[in-house]
Amino acid sequence: MSTQIEQQETETEGEEEETEPAVESPGDQRRATKRQRQAERDIQRETEEASLDDEETVSLKVFRYDPEVEGKQEPRFDDFTVPYHKGMTVLDALIYARDRYDSSLTFRHSCRQAVCGSDALFVNGRQRLGCKTQLSELDDPVRIEPLPHQEVVKDLVVDMEHFYDQMEAVEPYFDADELPADDLEEQRQSRENREKVKMSTRCIWCGACMSSCNIAAGDNEYLGPAAINKAYRFAMDEREGENRKQERLRIIEQEHGVWRCQTQFSCTEVCPKDIPLTEHIQELKREAVKNNLKFW
Amino acid sequence: MYEHDVIVVGAGGAGLRAAIAADEEGADVALVTKLHPVRSHTGAAEGGINASLRDGDSWDLHAYDTMKGSDYLGDAPAIDTFAKTAPEEVIQLEHWGMPFSREDDGRVSQRPFGGMSFPRTTYAGAETGHHLLHTMYEQAVKRGIEVYDEWYVTNLAVTDHDDPEDRECHGCVAYDIKSGKIEGFRATGGVVLATGGLGQAFDHTTNAVANTGDGCAMAYRAGVPMEDMEMIQFHPTTLPSTGVLISEGVRGEGGILYNDEEERFMFEYGYANNDGELASRDVVSRAELTEVNEGRGIEDEYVDLDMRHLGEERILDRLENILHLAEDFEGVDGLDEPMPVKPGQHYAMGGVECDENGETCIDGLYAAGETACVSLHGANRLGGNALPELLVFGARAGYHAAGRDMKTAEIQTGLSAKSEAGDVEPPVTPGAIDSGSEDVAADGAAVEPTGVIENAVERERERVETLLEEDGINHAEVRADVQETMTQNVNVFRKEEGLKTALRDLREAREAYEDVAVSDPSRTYNTDLIHTIETRNILDVAEAITLGALAREEFRGAHWRAEHQERKDDEWIKHTMLAWNDGTPELYYKPVILEGDEETYEPKERSY
Repeated sequence: MSTQIEQQETETEGEEEETEPAVESPGDQRRATKRQRQAERDIQRETEEASLDDEETVSLKVFRYDPEVEGKQEPRFDDFTVPYHKGMTVLDALIYARDRYDSSLTFRHSCRQAVCGSDALFVNGRQRLGCKTQLSELDDPVRIEPLPHQEVVKDLVVDMEHFYDQMEAVEPYFDADELPADDLEEQRQSRENREKVKMSTRCIWCGACMSSCNIAAGDNEYLGPAAINKAYRFAMDEREGENRKQERLRIIEQEHGVWRCQTQFSCTEVCPKDIPLTEHIQELKREAVKNNLKFW
Repeated sequence: MYEHDVIVVGAGGAGLRAAIAADEEGADVALVTKLHPVRSHTGAAEGGINASLRDGDSWDLHAYDTMKGSDYLGDAPAIDTFAKTAPEEVIQLEHWGMPFSREDDGRVSQRPFGGMSFPRTTYAGAETGHHLLHTMYEQAVKRGIEVYDEWYVTNLAVTDHDDPEDRECHGCVAYDIKSGKIEGFRATGGVVLATGGLGQAFDHTTNAVANTGDGCAMAYRAGVPMEDMEMIQFHPTTLPSTGVLISEGVRGEGGILYNDEEERFMFEYGYANNDGELASRDVVSRAELTEVNEGRGIEDEYVDLDMRHLGEERILDRLENILHLAEDFEGVDGLDEPMPVKPGQHYAMGGVECDENGETCIDGLYAAGETACVSLHGANRLGGNALPELLVFGARAGYHAAGRDMKTAEIQTGLSAKSEAGDVEPPVTPGAIDSGSEDVAADGAAVEPTGVIENAVERERERVETLLEEDGINHAEVRADVQETMTQNVNVFRKEEGLKTALRDLREAREAYEDVAVSDPSRTYNTDLIHTIETRNILDVAEAITLGALAREEFRGAHWRAEHQERKDDEWIKHTMLAWNDGTPELYYKPVILEGDEETYEPKERSY
C-alpha cells in the first residue's frame, strides 16, 4: 500500500494544474463554510457511531483523496463504523457510510448485481466487486482502496481510460467474412462453439484483472487479460471466418500481446465472472504458434 | 459548445441502437451518457427477446399476444410496427455476433415466456441483456461513434413558446462528471432520450441505482406529456433482500412457485388455471402478495421458486447465471433448495409520449426504450418484449432524427390529441413549488439555436453553483422518503387513501428538496451533486406515477385499485396523460387506437 500512496502524491501535483486556479472568493468562502459544516457533521457522526455500541457493526478503513479539496489532497484513510446485517456487502456498507456520514465519499456503482462492472475495488488487499463481496467473508476492519495500478481520480474512483483503450486496441467487434444474404436468415453456430466462447463473453469490463496483473503494471502497453480475452472471444467464434481470425491473431501476437503473459494466474483468480483468462491467453499462444508453423 | 447532427442521451440498448441507426443513415451522431455504455442497465436483462422467427409463428400472433398482455391499453400502430420489425432486428443482432443460445441445427433457440402463445423468446443463457448491450456497444466502436461517457445531461435546450407543440429542441446541457465542466451540446437533427427506467422512485426495485427517470423528468418539464405513468410493472420473482431479478426464464423452463404450505398456489387457488406460473407478470405478482397477505407466505414475506427438478445439466445450460445471483445475493444454492422470491418494481410501461417514429410533440425531441411510451406495453409488458422494443423503436428514432424519410406516424402526440379533460382531485397541489420560475423551459425568448443552448447552459451553471454554495440538507433523506412512500402506497395493491397519502408525502418531500444542498465542494467527480440532481427527477416522476394511479379508477393490467375491482372498458380504454404545464400539471386523456393493420383488436377478458 505504501507504494500506492507515493504514486498518488506525485499524481496530485500533476492534477492540480488541471483544476481551476483558486479564486479568492466566493470559492474560498464556500469551501470554508463547507469545511465548517463538515466539522459539525463529523461530530454528529461520532455520536451516531458511538450509539451503535450495542449493535453488531463493521469497521471500514476507506482510502480518501481529492485533488482539489483541502485535507484530501494528501491521500488518507477514513474510518467508518456501520451497523451490520446478514447478507450485507462491501457496497452496502459504502452506501451506508456515504448516505449517513459523509456524502462526499465517492465510488462508482450502478446495478448492484455484478453485471455493470462499475465497482471493482481493492478490498483487504485483493481486487473484488464491492456488490458481490459479503462482509462476512472479510477480516475486520475492512480496508477499501481504489484499484491499484490505475490513476486515482478521487477516493475510490480510478481513471478507466487506459483500460478502455486497450480493449479497443483488439478491434473488439464481430466482423464476419461473410453474412447470409437474407436479412432474416441467421448464421449457424454449433452448440459446442457457443460453449467454447461462452465464458469469454461474460466479461463485464470491471478492470479487476488488469489491476491484478504484474506484467500490465510494468508494461503500460501490454494489452492485458481483458483485452486478450476479448480477442479470444472473436478469434474462437466460428462465425467470423478464417481471414478475420488471421488478422486477430496478428493483433494479439504483437510485441505487447500474448507473449508477455507469464501465466501467474492473478487475473484468473480475481475475475468476478470466473473467466479462465490465463487459459484463454495460453490457448491463443498455441493458436498463434500453430498458425505460424502453417505459413512457415 | 459541442455540435452533432444527432445527440443520443443514454447509451444502453435503446441509445446504442438509435446511434447505430443514425450513423447508418449518414448522420454525425454522439452518445452522451452519465455512465460508460457497458455499465448501462440493459446489461441486467436476463430472459430474452421475443420475435416471430419460426414456422407456425407469425407477427400477428405476436401482436395479438402483446395487445392482450397490454390489457388493451397498447396502441395498435405501435404494436403492429413492433411485431413486424422484431424478427429482422433479432437477426440483425445475430449478424452483429450476439452469442445466442443455439439448437442442435445451429439456429438460435427460442423458449416459452409468460403470456406468449408460441415459444418465441430468443435468449443467450440468462444473460441476454448483457450480451445484447455488449454486442451493440462493439458495433458502435466499430463505427467510430463518438461517446461522451460520464457526462450527465441535466437539462434540454428547448425554445419557450407558450404551446409545447410550437417548441423546438436544439440540444441539451451536460455536466462532465470527472472535471465538473458544464457544456452545451447542439443537435441539428434531433435529441433522442434513451435514459432507461425510473425504478429508483421505489425502494425495492430490480433497477440500477442510475435508473432515476432523468429522460422522463427532463422531457416532462420541457413540455412533453407523460403517458400512462401509473402503469408500473412489479416483477414476481425478485430476491427479497436486494431486489435482484430472477429471470422469468426460470418459470419458462418449468420452475414452480410454492407457498409456505408447499402448495402450488397458482393452480391450487385458481390464480391462473391454464398457464399457472407462466401467467402474465401482473397476475403472478398479485397472486404472490395475496398468498403473503392471507398468511401463506414464507416468513410472512415471500414465496419459493423451485427449479431443482429441471436437473443440473439443463440449469447450467440455460440458467447458470441464476445460480450465481441466488448464491451471491441471497446465499441460496438453487440446485439444492428453492429460491425465495417476492414482487419488486421492475419496469415503467408509461413514459415520454411519442409516436411510432419516436417523435414527441416537441420538434427535434425523440424518446426510445423504457423512457418512452409509444404505447407498446399498455397496462402490462410481457416478458421478453422490452429488448425487441428498444431495438425496433431505438432504430426508428435514430433513423428519423438522422433525416430518413419515414411513413407518417398514425399516433398523435401533444395536447392537441386530447379527447377529454381529467378530473383527478389530489389532496395537495402537485407540480413545482414555485411555478413560473426556474422550472419553466424559459430561455429569454431566444429562438436561434445557439442562443437557446447558451441560455440553457447558463441556467444549469447557476443551478449547480447554487447547490454547491448553499447550505442545506442531504438529498439522500429526501430520496429515501420518496422511495418509502412509493413502495408503501403506490405498490402492487393501491388504495385511494394510500395514493393520497403518497401525494402528501411527495409534496413534503418537494418542500424539503427546496432546502437540499451538496456538501461536497469538489468539482472532481462529485457524485453528491449528481445524485442531488437525480433526486429532483425522481420527485417529478414519482408524483406523475401517483397522479395517474389516483386518476385511473379501474383495475387494468398492472394497475389494481381496491375501490375499483374491474376493468371498465366503456370508460377507460384511454391513455392517462399528464402535461407539466410550466409547473402546474394538467391531467387529461387521449384515445387508445385499437384499429390495426390486419384487424381491429376486440377487448376480451384476459385470462391465463
